[in-house]
Amino acid sequence: MFRSITAGPGGPRISATTVRYDSADTGFRFVEEARSLWAYRHLVRELVVRDLKVRYKRSILGVAWTMLSPLLQMVSLAFAFSFLMRQQIHNYPVFYLAGSLFWTFFSQATGHAANLTVEALEIAKRIHVPHSAFVASAVTGAAFNLALSLVPFFLIAVISGYPIHATWLFLPVAVAIGACFTAGVALLIFTLASRFGDVRETYLVLLGPWFFVTPIAYTKEILPAKFQIIVRYNPMTYLVELFRAPLYDGWLPGRNTFLFAVLSAALSLAIGWYFYSSRIDDYAARS
Amino acid sequence: MPPAADAPAILLEKLSVRYDVPREMVNTLKEYAIRKLVRRIENDQLVALRDVDLTIRKGERVGVIGPNGAGKSTLFKVIARVRRPSSGRVVVEGRVAPLLEMGLGMQGELTGRENVILQGALLGFARAEMLGRMGQIAAFAELEEFLDAPIRTYSTGMSARLAFAVATDVEPDILLVDEALAVGDERFRARCHERMDHLRDRGRTFLLVSHSLAEVRGSCQRALWVAEGRVVRDGPAEEICDAYHEWAASGAAAAPQA
Repeated sequence: MFRSITAGPGGPRISATTVRYDSADTGFRFVEEARSLWAYRHLVRELVVRDLKVRYKRSILGVAWTMLSPLLQMVSLAFAFSFLMRQQIHNYPVFYLAGSLFWTFFSQATGHAANLTVEALEIAKRIHVPHSAFVASAVTGAAFNLALSLVPFFLIAVISGYPIHATWLFLPVAVAIGACFTAGVALLIFTLASRFGDVRETYLVLLGPWFFVTPIAYTKEILPAKFQIIVRYNPMTYLVELFRAPLYDGWLPGRNTFLFAVLSAALSLAIGWYFYSSRIDDYAARS
Repeated sequence: MPPAADAPAILLEKLSVRYDVPREMVNTLKEYAIRKLVRRIENDQLVALRDVDLTIRKGERVGVIGPNGAGKSTLFKVIARVRRPSSGRVVVEGRVAPLLEMGLGMQGELTGRENVILQGALLGFARAEMLGRMGQIAAFAELEEFLDAPIRTYSTGMSARLAFAVATDVEPDILLVDEALAVGDERFRARCHERMDHLRDRGRTFLLVSHSLAEVRGSCQRALWVAEGRVVRDGPAEEICDAYHEWAASGAAAAPQA
Protein backbone atom coordinates (compact mmCIF):
# COMPACT_ATOMS: atom_id res chain seq x y z
CA MET A 1 0.00 0.00 0.00
CA PHE A 2 1.53 3.27 -1.06
CA ARG A 3 0.73 6.82 -0.25
CA SER A 4 2.41 9.99 -1.26
CA ILE A 5 3.49 12.77 1.02
CA THR A 6 3.79 16.28 -0.30
CA ALA A 7 6.89 17.86 1.12
CA GLY A 8 5.78 21.43 1.50
CA PRO A 9 5.24 24.03 -1.19
CA GLY A 10 7.28 23.34 -4.29
CA GLY A 11 9.02 20.49 -2.54
CA PRO A 12 9.47 17.04 -4.02
CA ARG A 13 6.72 14.50 -3.78
CA ILE A 14 7.92 11.33 -2.29
CA SER A 15 6.09 8.18 -1.65
CA ALA A 16 6.52 6.19 1.47
CA THR A 17 5.12 2.85 2.33
CA THR A 18 2.30 3.15 4.78
CA VAL A 19 3.47 1.30 7.80
CA ARG A 20 1.33 -0.54 10.24
CA TYR A 21 3.00 -2.37 13.05
CA ASP A 22 1.03 -4.92 14.98
CA SER A 23 2.93 -7.00 17.48
CA ALA A 24 0.21 -9.65 17.22
CA ASP A 25 1.18 -10.38 13.60
CA THR A 26 3.85 -12.91 14.23
CA GLY A 27 5.29 -14.98 11.48
CA PHE A 28 8.55 -16.86 11.31
CA ARG A 29 11.31 -14.73 12.76
CA PHE A 30 13.70 -15.51 9.94
CA VAL A 31 11.16 -14.37 7.35
CA GLU A 32 10.38 -11.20 9.30
CA GLU A 33 14.05 -10.38 9.67
CA ALA A 34 14.63 -10.89 5.94
CA ARG A 35 11.77 -8.52 5.14
CA SER A 36 13.14 -6.02 7.57
CA LEU A 37 16.60 -6.15 6.00
CA TRP A 38 15.08 -5.61 2.55
CA ALA A 39 13.11 -2.61 3.82
CA TYR A 40 16.36 -1.10 5.09
CA ARG A 41 18.49 -1.80 2.02
CA HIS A 42 19.14 1.94 1.69
CA LEU A 43 20.70 1.91 5.12
CA VAL A 44 23.07 -0.88 4.05
CA ARG A 45 24.20 1.22 1.12
CA GLU A 46 24.70 4.34 3.24
CA LEU A 47 26.68 2.42 5.87
CA VAL A 48 29.00 1.09 3.17
CA VAL A 49 29.43 4.57 1.70
CA ARG A 50 30.09 5.96 5.15
CA ASP A 51 32.74 3.38 6.02
CA LEU A 52 34.52 3.93 2.72
CA LYS A 53 34.36 7.72 3.00
CA VAL A 54 35.58 7.79 6.57
CA ARG A 55 38.47 5.61 5.54
CA TYR A 56 39.37 7.80 2.56
CA LYS A 57 39.14 10.99 4.54
CA ARG A 58 41.50 9.68 7.15
CA SER A 59 44.26 8.89 4.69
CA ILE A 60 46.08 11.26 2.39
CA LEU A 61 46.13 8.83 -0.51
CA GLY A 62 42.37 8.36 -0.38
CA VAL A 63 40.93 5.77 -2.74
CA ALA A 64 44.39 4.75 -3.93
CA TRP A 65 45.10 3.52 -0.42
CA THR A 66 42.30 0.95 -0.63
CA MET A 67 44.18 -0.60 -3.52
CA LEU A 68 47.70 0.05 -2.28
CA SER A 69 47.23 -1.34 1.20
CA PRO A 70 46.17 -4.86 0.19
CA LEU A 71 48.66 -4.72 -2.65
CA LEU A 72 51.58 -4.02 -0.34
CA GLN A 73 50.38 -6.63 2.09
CA MET A 74 49.83 -9.25 -0.58
CA VAL A 75 53.08 -8.56 -2.38
CA SER A 76 55.21 -8.66 0.74
CA LEU A 77 53.63 -11.92 1.89
CA ALA A 78 53.80 -13.38 -1.60
CA PHE A 79 57.51 -12.66 -1.85
CA ALA A 80 58.26 -13.83 1.64
CA PHE A 81 56.65 -17.20 0.95
CA SER A 82 57.98 -17.45 -2.58
CA PHE A 83 61.49 -18.04 -1.25
CA LEU A 84 60.22 -20.98 0.73
CA MET A 85 58.03 -22.40 -1.98
CA ARG A 86 60.00 -21.55 -5.09
CA GLN A 87 60.87 -25.15 -5.91
CA GLN A 88 57.37 -26.54 -5.69
CA ILE A 89 55.11 -23.84 -7.11
CA HIS A 90 55.32 -22.10 -10.45
CA ASN A 91 54.85 -18.29 -10.35
CA TYR A 92 54.33 -18.27 -6.61
CA PRO A 93 53.16 -14.61 -6.23
CA VAL A 94 50.20 -15.19 -8.56
CA PHE A 95 49.47 -18.51 -6.85
CA TYR A 96 49.45 -16.86 -3.43
CA LEU A 97 47.50 -13.77 -4.47
CA ALA A 98 44.78 -15.84 -6.19
CA GLY A 99 44.29 -17.84 -2.99
CA SER A 100 44.48 -14.95 -0.58
CA LEU A 101 41.84 -12.86 -2.40
CA PHE A 102 39.02 -14.78 -0.79
CA TRP A 103 40.74 -15.09 2.57
CA THR A 104 41.27 -11.32 2.76
CA PHE A 105 37.64 -10.69 1.84
CA PHE A 106 36.42 -13.22 4.39
CA SER A 107 38.55 -12.07 7.30
CA GLN A 108 37.84 -8.39 6.59
CA ALA A 109 34.07 -8.87 6.35
CA THR A 110 33.71 -11.04 9.45
CA GLY A 111 36.15 -8.95 11.50
CA HIS A 112 34.40 -5.71 10.56
CA ALA A 113 30.98 -7.22 11.33
CA ALA A 114 32.24 -8.09 14.81
CA ASN A 115 33.50 -4.51 15.20
CA LEU A 116 30.12 -3.06 14.27
CA THR A 117 28.21 -4.74 17.13
CA VAL A 118 28.80 -1.86 19.52
CA GLU A 119 27.42 0.72 17.14
CA ALA A 120 24.53 -1.48 16.02
CA LEU A 121 23.45 -2.06 19.64
CA GLU A 122 23.74 1.64 20.42
CA ILE A 123 21.57 2.67 17.47
CA ALA A 124 19.06 -0.18 17.60
CA LYS A 125 18.46 0.65 21.26
CA ARG A 126 16.90 3.93 20.19
CA ILE A 127 15.42 3.47 16.76
CA HIS A 128 14.03 0.49 14.91
CA VAL A 129 16.70 -0.74 12.51
CA PRO A 130 17.58 -4.33 11.68
CA HIS A 131 20.97 -5.28 13.12
CA SER A 132 21.54 -7.34 10.00
CA ALA A 133 21.94 -4.11 7.99
CA PHE A 134 25.28 -3.66 9.76
CA VAL A 135 26.38 -7.20 8.92
CA ALA A 136 25.30 -6.73 5.31
CA SER A 137 27.26 -3.48 5.14
CA ALA A 138 30.41 -5.20 6.43
CA VAL A 139 30.13 -7.92 3.78
CA THR A 140 29.31 -5.46 0.99
CA GLY A 141 32.14 -3.16 1.97
CA ALA A 142 34.61 -6.05 1.95
CA ALA A 143 33.28 -7.16 -1.46
CA PHE A 144 34.00 -3.67 -2.72
CA ASN A 145 37.56 -3.92 -1.46
CA LEU A 146 37.84 -7.35 -3.10
CA ALA A 147 36.85 -5.82 -6.43
CA LEU A 148 39.48 -3.11 -5.95
CA SER A 149 42.19 -5.61 -5.06
CA LEU A 150 41.55 -7.41 -8.36
CA VAL A 151 43.23 -4.46 -10.09
CA PRO A 152 46.64 -5.04 -8.48
CA PHE A 153 46.14 -8.80 -8.89
CA PHE A 154 45.66 -8.57 -12.65
CA LEU A 155 48.52 -6.08 -12.87
CA ILE A 156 50.91 -8.47 -11.17
CA ALA A 157 49.66 -11.40 -13.26
CA VAL A 158 50.19 -9.50 -16.51
CA ILE A 159 53.54 -8.01 -15.51
CA SER A 160 54.91 -11.39 -14.47
CA GLY A 161 53.95 -12.69 -17.91
CA TYR A 162 51.10 -14.85 -16.67
CA PRO A 163 48.71 -15.94 -19.44
CA ILE A 164 45.21 -14.48 -19.38
CA HIS A 165 42.66 -17.22 -18.88
CA ALA A 166 39.07 -17.24 -20.10
CA THR A 167 38.20 -18.92 -16.79
CA TRP A 168 38.69 -15.53 -15.08
CA LEU A 169 35.08 -14.97 -16.13
CA PHE A 170 34.06 -17.55 -13.50
CA LEU A 171 35.05 -15.04 -10.81
CA PRO A 172 31.57 -13.50 -10.27
CA VAL A 173 30.19 -16.96 -9.48
CA ALA A 174 33.02 -17.59 -7.03
CA VAL A 175 32.39 -14.22 -5.37
CA ALA A 176 28.66 -14.92 -5.05
CA ILE A 177 29.24 -18.31 -3.39
CA GLY A 178 32.04 -16.93 -1.22
CA ALA A 179 29.88 -13.99 -0.13
CA CYS A 180 27.11 -16.34 1.07
CA PHE A 181 29.58 -18.35 3.13
CA THR A 182 31.08 -15.15 4.55
CA ALA A 183 27.68 -13.64 5.37
CA GLY A 184 26.72 -16.75 7.33
CA VAL A 185 29.88 -16.71 9.45
CA ALA A 186 29.61 -12.92 9.87
CA LEU A 187 26.04 -13.26 11.17
CA LEU A 188 27.07 -15.94 13.63
CA ILE A 189 30.05 -13.97 14.97
CA PHE A 190 28.08 -10.72 15.02
CA THR A 191 25.19 -12.25 16.96
CA LEU A 192 27.45 -13.89 19.54
CA ALA A 193 29.59 -10.76 19.85
CA SER A 194 26.42 -8.73 20.55
CA ARG A 195 25.95 -10.74 23.71
CA PHE A 196 29.39 -11.84 24.85
CA GLY A 197 32.30 -9.47 25.18
CA ASP A 198 35.00 -12.07 24.57
CA VAL A 199 33.75 -13.34 21.22
CA ARG A 200 35.33 -10.72 18.98
CA GLU A 201 38.80 -11.10 20.45
CA THR A 202 38.62 -14.89 20.48
CA TYR A 203 37.47 -14.96 16.88
CA LEU A 204 40.27 -12.66 15.72
CA VAL A 205 42.78 -14.92 17.47
CA LEU A 206 41.28 -18.02 15.83
CA LEU A 207 41.59 -16.48 12.37
CA GLY A 208 45.37 -16.88 12.64
CA PRO A 209 45.49 -20.70 12.84
CA TRP A 210 42.56 -20.95 10.42
CA PHE A 211 44.69 -19.22 7.78
CA PHE A 212 47.46 -21.77 8.26
CA VAL A 213 45.25 -24.87 8.13
CA THR A 214 43.88 -23.66 4.80
CA PRO A 215 46.02 -24.25 1.70
CA ILE A 216 46.49 -20.57 0.80
CA ALA A 217 50.23 -20.13 1.07
CA TYR A 218 50.89 -23.76 0.07
CA THR A 219 49.26 -26.53 -1.96
CA LYS A 220 47.53 -29.29 -0.06
CA GLU A 221 49.72 -31.86 -1.83
CA ILE A 222 52.81 -30.82 0.14
CA LEU A 223 51.14 -31.68 3.45
CA PRO A 224 51.98 -35.03 5.04
CA ALA A 225 49.16 -37.59 4.86
CA LYS A 226 48.21 -37.27 8.54
CA PHE A 227 47.38 -33.56 8.13
CA GLN A 228 45.29 -34.06 4.99
CA ILE A 229 42.20 -34.65 7.10
CA ILE A 230 42.29 -31.11 8.54
CA VAL A 231 42.40 -29.62 5.09
CA ARG A 232 39.70 -31.93 3.81
CA TYR A 233 37.16 -31.01 6.48
CA ASN A 234 37.92 -27.32 6.32
CA PRO A 235 35.28 -25.59 4.17
CA MET A 236 37.70 -22.76 3.54
CA THR A 237 39.82 -25.14 1.42
CA TYR A 238 37.07 -25.47 -1.17
CA LEU A 239 36.19 -21.78 -1.18
CA VAL A 240 39.82 -20.79 -1.72
CA GLU A 241 40.05 -23.39 -4.49
CA LEU A 242 36.96 -21.85 -6.10
CA PHE A 243 39.01 -18.69 -6.67
CA ARG A 244 42.38 -20.25 -7.33
CA ALA A 245 41.33 -22.79 -9.97
CA PRO A 246 40.04 -20.21 -12.46
CA LEU A 247 42.52 -17.45 -11.58
CA TYR A 248 45.79 -19.39 -11.24
CA ASP A 249 45.35 -22.84 -12.77
CA GLY A 250 43.22 -21.60 -15.61
CA TRP A 251 40.55 -24.25 -15.28
CA LEU A 252 37.11 -24.36 -13.75
CA PRO A 253 36.85 -25.77 -10.24
CA GLY A 254 36.29 -29.52 -10.12
CA ARG A 255 32.84 -30.91 -9.48
CA ASN A 256 33.60 -31.93 -5.91
CA THR A 257 35.20 -28.61 -5.06
CA PHE A 258 32.21 -26.81 -6.48
CA LEU A 259 29.68 -28.97 -4.64
CA PHE A 260 31.46 -28.72 -1.30
CA ALA A 261 31.81 -24.96 -1.69
CA VAL A 262 28.12 -24.50 -2.52
CA LEU A 263 27.11 -26.81 0.31
CA SER A 264 29.29 -24.97 2.85
CA ALA A 265 27.96 -21.61 1.67
CA ALA A 266 24.33 -22.72 1.86
CA LEU A 267 24.79 -24.29 5.29
CA SER A 268 26.69 -21.32 6.63
CA LEU A 269 24.08 -18.81 5.47
CA ALA A 270 21.16 -20.94 6.70
CA ILE A 271 22.69 -21.50 10.15
CA GLY A 272 23.93 -17.91 10.45
CA TRP A 273 20.60 -16.39 9.47
CA TYR A 274 18.57 -18.72 11.64
CA PHE A 275 20.79 -18.13 14.66
CA TYR A 276 20.80 -14.37 14.08
CA SER A 277 17.04 -14.04 13.70
CA SER A 278 16.17 -16.24 16.66
CA ARG A 279 18.65 -14.67 19.10
CA ILE A 280 19.41 -11.07 18.25
CA ASP A 281 16.36 -9.52 19.95
CA ASP A 282 17.09 -11.28 23.20
CA TYR A 283 20.80 -10.48 23.06
CA ALA A 284 20.20 -6.84 22.16
CA ALA A 285 17.77 -6.41 25.06
CA ARG A 286 20.52 -7.44 27.48
CA SER A 287 22.95 -4.83 26.33
CA MET B 1 -6.33 10.57 2.30
CA PRO B 2 -7.06 12.50 5.52
CA PRO B 3 -7.06 10.34 8.62
CA ALA B 4 -10.36 9.67 10.25
CA ALA B 5 -10.82 12.04 13.18
CA ASP B 6 -10.90 9.35 15.82
CA ALA B 7 -8.65 6.76 14.29
CA PRO B 8 -6.13 5.47 16.84
CA ALA B 9 -2.49 6.04 15.96
CA ILE B 10 -1.21 3.96 18.84
CA LEU B 11 -3.03 1.20 20.62
CA LEU B 12 -1.72 -0.78 23.58
CA GLU B 13 -3.65 -3.75 24.95
CA LYS B 14 -2.67 -5.38 28.23
CA LEU B 15 0.89 -4.61 27.31
CA SER B 16 3.69 -5.79 29.57
CA VAL B 17 7.41 -5.60 29.18
CA ARG B 18 9.64 -7.64 31.42
CA TYR B 19 13.39 -7.63 31.43
CA ASP B 20 15.48 -10.59 32.45
CA VAL B 21 18.03 -9.44 34.93
CA PRO B 22 20.68 -12.08 35.51
CA ARG B 23 21.56 -12.65 39.17
CA GLU B 24 25.19 -12.73 38.20
CA MET B 25 26.65 -10.96 35.24
CA VAL B 26 27.77 -13.47 32.65
CA ASN B 27 29.35 -11.48 29.89
CA THR B 28 31.74 -13.89 28.31
CA LEU B 29 30.95 -16.89 26.19
CA LYS B 30 33.45 -18.97 28.13
CA GLU B 31 31.73 -18.30 31.43
CA TYR B 32 28.31 -18.81 29.87
CA ALA B 33 29.28 -22.20 28.47
CA ILE B 34 30.62 -23.36 31.85
CA ARG B 35 27.53 -22.22 33.72
CA LYS B 36 25.23 -23.72 31.14
CA LEU B 37 26.96 -27.06 31.67
CA VAL B 38 26.40 -26.99 35.40
CA ARG B 39 22.96 -25.33 34.96
CA ARG B 40 23.50 -22.25 36.96
CA ILE B 41 21.96 -19.43 35.00
CA GLU B 42 19.28 -17.69 36.98
CA ASN B 43 17.38 -14.57 36.08
CA ASP B 44 15.28 -12.17 38.06
CA GLN B 45 12.50 -10.44 36.24
CA LEU B 46 12.13 -6.72 36.22
CA VAL B 47 8.72 -5.53 35.11
CA ALA B 48 9.05 -2.24 33.23
CA LEU B 49 5.43 -2.02 32.06
CA ARG B 50 2.51 -3.99 33.45
CA ASP B 51 -0.80 -4.52 31.68
CA VAL B 52 -0.93 -1.10 30.09
CA ASP B 53 -4.05 -0.27 28.08
CA LEU B 54 -3.78 2.94 26.12
CA THR B 55 -5.20 4.55 23.02
CA ILE B 56 -3.66 7.60 21.40
CA ARG B 57 -5.57 9.09 18.50
CA LYS B 58 -4.19 10.59 15.36
CA GLY B 59 -3.11 14.19 15.81
CA GLU B 60 -2.98 14.10 19.61
CA ARG B 61 -0.11 15.72 21.44
CA VAL B 62 0.65 13.71 24.50
CA GLY B 63 3.15 14.37 27.25
CA VAL B 64 4.47 11.51 29.36
CA ILE B 65 5.59 12.38 32.88
CA GLY B 66 6.69 10.35 35.86
CA PRO B 67 9.67 9.66 38.09
CA ASN B 68 12.83 7.98 36.84
CA GLY B 69 12.42 4.26 36.28
CA ALA B 70 8.65 4.52 35.94
CA GLY B 71 8.62 2.96 32.48
CA LYS B 72 8.47 6.09 30.31
CA SER B 73 11.41 5.11 28.14
CA THR B 74 10.22 1.53 27.82
CA LEU B 75 6.85 2.86 26.65
CA PHE B 76 8.62 4.79 23.91
CA LYS B 77 10.74 1.81 22.99
CA VAL B 78 7.69 -0.37 22.51
CA ILE B 79 6.02 2.25 20.30
CA ALA B 80 9.23 2.81 18.33
CA ARG B 81 9.52 -0.98 17.77
CA VAL B 82 12.83 -1.07 19.53
CA ARG B 83 11.56 -3.46 22.16
CA ARG B 84 9.11 -6.31 21.67
CA PRO B 85 6.33 -6.62 24.24
CA SER B 86 6.68 -9.60 26.57
CA SER B 87 2.92 -10.00 26.51
CA GLY B 88 -0.05 -8.05 25.26
CA ARG B 89 -0.30 -6.21 22.01
CA VAL B 90 0.87 -2.98 20.43
CA VAL B 91 -0.49 -1.55 17.19
CA VAL B 92 1.11 1.50 15.62
CA GLU B 93 -0.46 3.05 12.57
CA GLY B 94 1.96 5.07 10.47
CA ARG B 95 5.61 5.89 10.25
CA VAL B 96 7.34 6.57 13.56
CA ALA B 97 10.31 8.90 13.77
CA PRO B 98 11.98 9.04 17.14
CA LEU B 99 13.88 12.28 17.39
CA LEU B 100 17.39 10.98 17.03
CA GLU B 101 19.45 11.52 20.06
CA MET B 102 22.21 13.90 19.39
CA GLY B 103 25.15 12.31 17.69
CA LEU B 104 23.40 8.99 17.21
CA GLY B 105 24.86 7.53 14.05
CA MET B 106 26.44 10.85 13.20
CA GLN B 107 30.00 10.75 11.93
CA GLY B 108 32.28 13.63 12.80
CA GLU B 109 34.44 13.06 9.75
CA LEU B 110 31.51 13.35 7.37
CA THR B 111 29.91 16.61 6.25
CA GLY B 112 26.50 17.85 7.33
CA ARG B 113 25.11 16.85 3.95
CA GLU B 114 26.48 13.30 4.20
CA ASN B 115 25.14 13.02 7.72
CA VAL B 116 21.65 14.08 6.64
CA ILE B 117 21.66 11.24 4.13
CA LEU B 118 22.88 8.78 6.78
CA GLN B 119 20.27 9.96 9.30
CA GLY B 120 17.60 9.62 6.63
CA ALA B 121 18.74 6.06 5.91
CA LEU B 122 18.49 5.22 9.61
CA LEU B 123 14.88 6.38 9.44
CA GLY B 124 14.30 4.21 6.37
CA PHE B 125 14.57 6.83 3.62
CA ALA B 126 16.50 6.44 0.40
CA ARG B 127 19.29 8.79 -0.71
CA ALA B 128 17.25 10.37 -3.53
CA GLU B 129 14.48 11.31 -1.11
CA MET B 130 16.91 12.92 1.30
CA LEU B 131 18.69 14.83 -1.46
CA GLY B 132 15.34 16.29 -2.50
CA ARG B 133 14.77 17.48 1.06
CA MET B 134 18.29 18.77 1.65
CA GLY B 135 17.44 22.42 0.92
CA GLN B 136 14.53 22.54 3.35
CA ILE B 137 16.43 20.71 6.05
CA ALA B 138 19.42 23.03 5.81
CA ALA B 139 17.16 26.06 5.80
CA PHE B 140 15.25 24.95 8.86
CA ALA B 141 18.42 24.10 10.77
CA GLU B 142 19.95 27.39 9.51
CA LEU B 143 23.07 25.56 8.48
CA GLU B 144 23.15 26.25 4.72
CA GLU B 145 26.68 27.61 4.83
CA PHE B 146 28.01 24.76 6.92
CA LEU B 147 26.47 21.87 5.02
CA ASP B 148 29.75 20.87 3.42
CA ALA B 149 31.83 21.17 6.56
CA PRO B 150 32.56 18.04 8.60
CA ILE B 151 30.23 17.99 11.58
CA ARG B 152 33.08 17.58 14.04
CA THR B 153 33.42 21.34 13.47
CA TYR B 154 29.77 21.92 14.52
CA SER B 155 28.76 23.09 17.97
CA THR B 156 26.47 20.89 20.07
CA GLY B 157 23.55 23.17 19.23
CA MET B 158 24.25 22.96 15.53
CA SER B 159 24.26 19.14 15.49
CA ALA B 160 21.08 19.06 17.54
CA ARG B 161 19.38 21.46 15.15
CA LEU B 162 20.38 19.28 12.22
CA ALA B 163 19.03 16.16 13.95
CA PHE B 164 15.72 17.87 14.72
CA ALA B 165 15.42 19.23 11.20
CA VAL B 166 15.91 15.76 9.69
CA ALA B 167 13.54 13.98 12.08
CA THR B 168 10.72 16.45 11.51
CA ASP B 169 11.29 17.09 7.82
CA VAL B 170 10.66 13.49 6.88
CA GLU B 171 7.11 14.15 8.15
CA PRO B 172 6.59 11.17 10.36
CA ASP B 173 3.04 10.21 11.21
CA ILE B 174 4.17 9.84 14.80
CA LEU B 175 6.99 11.86 16.31
CA LEU B 176 8.57 10.68 19.54
CA VAL B 177 10.56 13.26 21.45
CA ASP B 178 12.56 12.35 24.52
CA GLU B 179 13.42 15.57 26.32
CA ALA B 180 15.38 16.76 23.35
CA LEU B 181 13.57 20.04 22.93
CA ALA B 182 15.86 21.83 25.30
CA VAL B 183 18.33 22.36 22.48
CA GLY B 184 19.32 25.48 20.70
CA ASP B 185 18.45 29.01 21.67
CA GLU B 186 15.04 30.46 22.50
CA ARG B 187 14.39 31.34 18.89
CA PHE B 188 15.10 27.84 17.64
CA ARG B 189 12.91 26.33 20.33
CA ALA B 190 10.08 28.61 19.29
CA ARG B 191 10.47 27.38 15.73
CA CYS B 192 10.48 23.77 16.93
CA HIS B 193 7.12 24.40 18.57
CA GLU B 194 5.86 25.99 15.40
CA ARG B 195 6.88 22.97 13.43
CA MET B 196 5.23 20.61 15.87
CA ASP B 197 2.04 22.64 15.62
CA HIS B 198 2.36 22.30 11.88
CA LEU B 199 2.78 18.53 12.11
CA ARG B 200 -0.23 18.30 14.40
CA ASP B 201 -2.30 20.36 11.99
CA ARG B 202 -1.50 17.85 9.31
CA GLY B 203 -2.82 15.05 11.46
CA ARG B 204 0.51 13.89 12.85
CA THR B 205 0.74 12.53 16.34
CA PHE B 206 3.25 13.80 18.83
CA LEU B 207 4.57 12.21 22.02
CA LEU B 208 6.91 13.89 24.45
CA VAL B 209 8.71 12.44 27.44
CA SER B 210 9.87 15.19 29.73
CA HIS B 211 10.78 16.04 33.28
CA SER B 212 9.84 19.61 32.53
CA LEU B 213 6.19 20.17 33.41
CA ALA B 214 6.34 23.56 31.69
CA GLU B 215 7.38 21.84 28.50
CA VAL B 216 4.47 19.39 28.73
CA ARG B 217 1.98 22.16 29.55
CA GLY B 218 3.27 24.20 26.64
CA SER B 219 3.35 21.50 23.98
CA CYS B 220 0.70 18.94 24.88
CA GLN B 221 -3.04 18.77 25.39
CA ARG B 222 -3.03 15.42 27.07
CA ALA B 223 -0.69 13.98 29.65
CA LEU B 224 0.03 10.51 30.98
CA TRP B 225 1.46 10.06 34.43
CA VAL B 226 3.44 6.86 34.51
CA ALA B 227 4.52 5.21 37.75
CA GLU B 228 5.81 1.73 38.48
CA GLY B 229 5.03 0.47 35.01
CA ARG B 230 1.44 1.68 34.95
CA VAL B 231 -0.38 4.69 33.60
CA VAL B 232 -1.74 6.03 36.88
CA ARG B 233 -3.35 9.24 35.57
CA ASP B 234 -4.49 10.16 32.11
CA GLY B 235 -6.21 13.42 31.19
CA PRO B 236 -5.81 17.06 30.12
CA ALA B 237 -2.18 18.18 30.38
CA GLU B 238 -2.85 21.07 32.79
CA GLU B 239 -4.80 18.93 35.20
CA ILE B 240 -2.34 16.04 35.23
CA CYS B 241 0.67 18.36 35.55
CA ASP B 242 -0.95 20.13 38.50
CA ALA B 243 -1.61 16.82 40.23
CA TYR B 244 1.90 15.58 39.51
CA HIS B 245 3.44 18.81 40.76
CA GLU B 246 1.44 18.59 43.97
CA TRP B 247 2.44 14.98 44.49
CA ALA B 248 6.12 15.69 43.81
CA ALA B 249 6.10 18.70 46.16
CA SER B 250 4.38 16.72 48.94
CA GLY B 251 7.28 14.29 48.97
CA ALA B 252 4.93 11.33 49.12
CA ALA B 253 6.76 8.09 48.56
CA ALA B 254 4.06 6.12 46.84
CA ALA B 255 2.52 7.06 43.53
CA PRO B 256 -1.26 7.15 43.34
CA GLN B 257 -2.97 3.98 42.24
CA ALA B 258 -4.57 3.84 38.83
